[in-house]
Amino acid sequence: MQHRVIGALCAMAVMGGVFAQTPRKPAAKPAAQAAPAPTAEAKDAATLEFEKFRAEMEDSNPAELFEAKGEEFWKSRHGPKNVSLAESCDLGQGVGKIEGAYVKMPRYFADADSVMDAERRIVWCMVEKQGFKFDDIAKRPFANENFTPDITNLVTYVAGHSRSMKVDVPLKDPKVREAYEIGKEMAAYRAGPYDFSCNTCHGSDGKRIRMQNLPNLSTPKGAMSGVQGWPGYRMTGGVMLTHQWRMGDCFRQQRFPQPKYASDAVAYLLTYMIGNANGEVYKGPGIKR
Amino acid sequence: MADPMKIRATMKGDVAEIRVLMSHPMESGLRKDAAGNAVPAHFIQSMAVEVGGKKIVDGQLAGSVSRNPVFGFKMKGAKAGDKVVVNWVDSKGDKRTDEAAIA
Repeated sequence: MQHRVIGALCAMAVMGGVFAQTPRKPAAKPAAQAAPAPTAEAKDAATLEFEKFRAEMEDSNPAELFEAKGEEFWKSRHGPKNVSLAESCDLGQGVGKIEGAYVKMPRYFADADSVMDAERRIVWCMVEKQGFKFDDIAKRPFANENFTPDITNLVTYVAGHSRSMKVDVPLKDPKVREAYEIGKEMAAYRAGPYDFSCNTCHGSDGKRIRMQNLPNLSTPKGAMSGVQGWPGYRMTGGVMLTHQWRMGDCFRQQRFPQPKYASDAVAYLLTYMIGNANGEVYKGPGIKR
Repeated sequence: MADPMKIRATMKGDVAEIRVLMSHPMESGLRKDAAGNAVPAHFIQSMAVEVGGKKIVDGQLAGSVSRNPVFGFKMKGAKAGDKVVVNWVDSKGDKRTDEAAIA
């Protein structure tokens, strides 16, 4: 039953949609020496340029501004119950402890009887501990050019305290394992007008859409390059966006119905994706074009 | 009330590297919202940087600078511990001053 509901929602694709694949390169000039055929691992000039650009931007990431706002919210009292998250919210490392919490989620929380990713857990805390209404948060869960919800600042703040730490999703926990397996099944579920699954684009090496290389999420390195950079500051519009948002965006690009905010479906997909990145180092909140 | 800036200043050899990240919408005044109305201009007009009590940058900015802008400077003649003071004034008269010490 549960499988079925999720199956219907399923799908994803994490780093970008895939509609048209343009040819890789213009034909080489006949006079030029024949270049070796590009392999999946070889990085072309454009990719290297993007990497330089990212490295430059990572040095002064405006995500820090959102971290500062998240910190203020985390430490001060809010909501109908007038408590702070710092004195009430347990992200799996003890109440108020955020050091390394982001890279150890999704995990199973007995008090909520659910597997939760960081954003879902913080929402749960805001509802259960601070007394906010879930529907109010879920009405405008993601940022746009004129508005950044508190939850986005909070996720950015928490993620900033896992900088340079290894991803360690507790896949040995049977509940988390179950979530991982469901997420894996969802990633392989083909549907929609394009008959895509997540794996169509993100299940093998060497895929790309236009200039964007698509990571293979079934490998640790590929999964990490998908996890890396979320939550991320998108320079187009100057918007801070979370990993939850990114999953919804893949649903959109596949022409799937939007998943419910902070739902099981998104948590399972994130468990699969982040779980695959276990052992890789997370650099902290990222920056995108 | 404007949000604080993030200032990072470090010595790299005998050159001080200063990075300033400002929190500001930087609306150019040329954009229109979904209803077709012009979005009013709101951008930082002037900024100044002082290091060790000496003004090293006195700059004018306009609406072509991005939202949440980052500025980087390199200077000789500064030393660790020198105070870096950055301030800006925007087109609505809002102001912000923040400081940090060179590490």
